[in-house]
Amino acid sequence: MSDTSPSTRHTEYHPRWYRSRVSTWWWLARWPYLKFILREISSVFVAWFVVLLLLQIRALSRGPDAYARFQHWLQTPLVLLLNLVTLFFVVFHAITWFNLTPRAMAVRFRGKRVPDLLIVGTNYAAWAAISLVVAWFLVRS
Amino acid sequence: MAKQSNEPVLWALFSAGGVFAAFVIPVHLFLLGLAFPLGWIPAAGYESLHALARLPLTRLYLFALCFLALFHWAHRFRYTLYDGLQIKHLNELIFVCCYGGAILGTVVAGYLLWSFR
Repeated sequence: MSDTSPSTRHTEYHPRWYRSRVSTWWWLARWPYLKFILREISSVFVAWFVVLLLLQIRALSRGPDAYARFQHWLQTPLVLLLNLVTLFFVVFHAITWFNLTPRAMAVRFRGKRVPDLLIVGTNYAAWAAISLVVAWFLVRS
Repeated sequence: MAKQSNEPVLWALFSAGGVFAAFVIPVHLFLLGLAFPLGWIPAAGYESLHALARLPLTRLYLFALCFLALFHWAHRFRYTLYDGLQIKHLNELIFVCCYGGAILGTVVAGYLLWSFR
């Protein structure tokens, strides 16, 4: 078997390992598996957003003409479609991340564990508030 | 003495990037990628956006966002490739490509923001 280390010797009392092969497409078998892979894939779209942000910063530093070209490029159908898909994934990332917070951090207050719903709710409230602040800076006043 | 692992540091960067990305990227992307190009919401003009980006605090924020989001991507994508594709013999290559990409992106972000005029 190719996937055991070369140092493994097969003797009478130590027979060969039993290792069944897992399909490369194992994550398509069930919805929770697919959800897991979609959540992991969301990181690619997080990286794409950073690329987009860096292109915007570069265009901004190059002057009004370069920035107008950048804005025009954002209006092309392919880029709009890609950004629509990206929005789905970054929102998916945010929701799965917030919902997992109470499992990653057990917050205690006066010896009692703070209910999960309260932690998740605080996250969503903070998300709304931060989104408004960011929008306030970027939208024309 | 046991060899020290840098996994906790990488995981901390992944986690911090995940929090940062979850809170601010959706609104940034919605505005920049859809609402502004499609004219749903009027975007701030070049002059005011340029003035905003010249503030040191804005540039610090943008740098932290790029740096942490890229290391978040590197960590998560590395494990997606490990688990999803089962290509154990390529682990070192995947490691170098993911974190190398994140470092490269961070350097580019640092250069663009440092030299911003």
